[in-house]
Amino acid sequence: MIKRHLPFATVAVIALVAAPLLLEPFRLGLLAKYLCYAIVALGIGLAWGKGGMLTLGQGVFFGLGGYSMAMYLKLTEAEGGLPDFMVWSGVEELPALWVPFANPVFALSMAVLGPVVLAVVLGTLVFRQRVRGAYFAILTQALAAAMVILLVGQQGLTGGTNGMTNFFELFGQDLAEDSTQRGLYLVVAGVLGVLYLATRQLVNSRYGRLLVAVRDGEDRVRFLGYDPALVKTVTFAASAGMAGLAGALFVPVVGIISPALLGVVPSLELVVAVAVGGRHVLAGAVLGAVVMGYAKTAFSEQFADGWLYLQGALFIVVMTLASKGIAGVAQTVAGRLRSARAT
Amino acid sequence: MLELRDVQVAFDGFRALDGVNLTVPEGELRFLIGPNGAGKTTLIDVVTGLTRPAAGSVRFAGQDLVGRKEHQIVRLGVGRTFQTSVVFEELTVVENLDLAASFREPLWALTRRRKGVSEAVAESLARTGLEALAERPAGVLSHGQRQWLEIGMLLAQRPRLLLLDEPVAGMSKDERERTGELLTAIAADHTVVVVEHDMDFLRRHASTVTVLHEGRVLVEGSVDEVSVDPRVQEVYLGRRADDTVGERS
Repeated sequence: MIKRHLPFATVAVIALVAAPLLLEPFRLGLLAKYLCYAIVALGIGLAWGKGGMLTLGQGVFFGLGGYSMAMYLKLTEAEGGLPDFMVWSGVEELPALWVPFANPVFALSMAVLGPVVLAVVLGTLVFRQRVRGAYFAILTQALAAAMVILLVGQQGLTGGTNGMTNFFELFGQDLAEDSTQRGLYLVVAGVLGVLYLATRQLVNSRYGRLLVAVRDGEDRVRFLGYDPALVKTVTFAASAGMAGLAGALFVPVVGIISPALLGVVPSLELVVAVAVGGRHVLAGAVLGAVVMGYAKTAFSEQFADGWLYLQGALFIVVMTLASKGIAGVAQTVAGRLRSARAT
Repeated sequence: MLELRDVQVAFDGFRALDGVNLTVPEGELRFLIGPNGAGKTTLIDVVTGLTRPAAGSVRFAGQDLVGRKEHQIVRLGVGRTFQTSVVFEELTVVENLDLAASFREPLWALTRRRKGVSEAVAESLARTGLEALAERPAGVLSHGQRQWLEIGMLLAQRPRLLLLDEPVAGMSKDERERTGELLTAIAADHTVVVVEHDMDFLRRHASTVTVLHEGRVLVEGSVDEVSVDPRVQEVYLGRRADDTVGERS
């Protein structure tokens, strides 16, 4: 029992105790950002790795969560007036859509429920029609593209291409303060930890077995008396909810939300990160998001344009040489060591 | 128990089933034979909801099956296997059986971990003789063992009617023998319909046989009656009436 939880406990101690003590605020902020992406990756690991649903549009759910949070932050700062970007766009009255987001409980609930409801509607329509594989992937990608067009087109409602930025406080805390950022980091790390444990529990349950069965033989599952569409919809909705929550956390951590952060490319980048980390293992998905986040920052600091090529190359290398990603390589090495020790 | 009336199925103008009438009483072990393209698998597809008939009725235990979804028909107690066995290779044998046995649980109840082995699963393991392989992933099973696992998965669901599509295809002689014994044992407390090509297997294990030909029921009767019926020999075997039935089509 203790042995089984040792890896998780070690990582948790490093993340919650060591990292805040050792990292300077700027670096801790970056790690918080990567952990937000890791929450999305966890959802992708569940939906794609376990459930076989290649979702290329997680940015949509991430964005819904992010915009919900950003709307709340903008409204608290405006103190009853209009958010700055609306004034610049010549909007004179607060749009009705915005009004309830002044309530933090509503905004946070919507950050999760919005994506969940959208995923349930989409999943019900799509999975009932037995759309799957590449068709599902293309559909979700189209959704991401459509979302960007919608956001950019509604300048007065969403801030258009620039999105929303200049957030100063959250629940009365100054967002520029290091202590606030450290607290935010701990919240993000805690949320990731709890979601990871919950997802792992789900994957190890009968539901997890059912999900793998749906991935590997959807038609056979149907003849076992289960409704695969329901299983897939529920799982897709769970991954969407995670992405939404990640988006809501991302906004105060990074200080901006814009269409460029949730379109086709960021959605794809996360899928690539999960593939590199290892989609078959939840920890691999999480690790992939953090590693790719760091790699992106490190490389962009050195050579601005090189990252895209490196990312593409890395993806190809992983897909051709180690299709199970870093986690797969780690498992193989661990297996070899164990058998070497046994002989 | 199972009753098909004037069932018709057409694929692009080709009549796969052309007015099939079939009644299988409760507790019977019925064999369904016929040359390739006779409509045997299509018939199973119609019963299990995979194919919708253009006309006719399919009734099981007093319920109309036409128009119901696959998983709903399974929930009424109709289970089937496929010609090419599909087991979940990443899951262990026990997990495969457990998944099959849990199908009546609501989705939220499945989020709990499996604890031990349920009665239905243990019984399936014993019946199919897969106990020694219980904790191995299904991917390592041989072809014959996969078929048994599939039959075991059906049994774990405690169905009232089992439809088996060529369960001994590709099996070795020993495996056939064991499968035959398994079928006979299952038939003692289930209604079973078996699609089979293998005449040798048929004569060893079948009692009542229905012969399909070009989408219609040609003859129905005991193995002996059917195998000497001149019409059967003509269409199914393409042989003279005095020749014995002995080889696979």
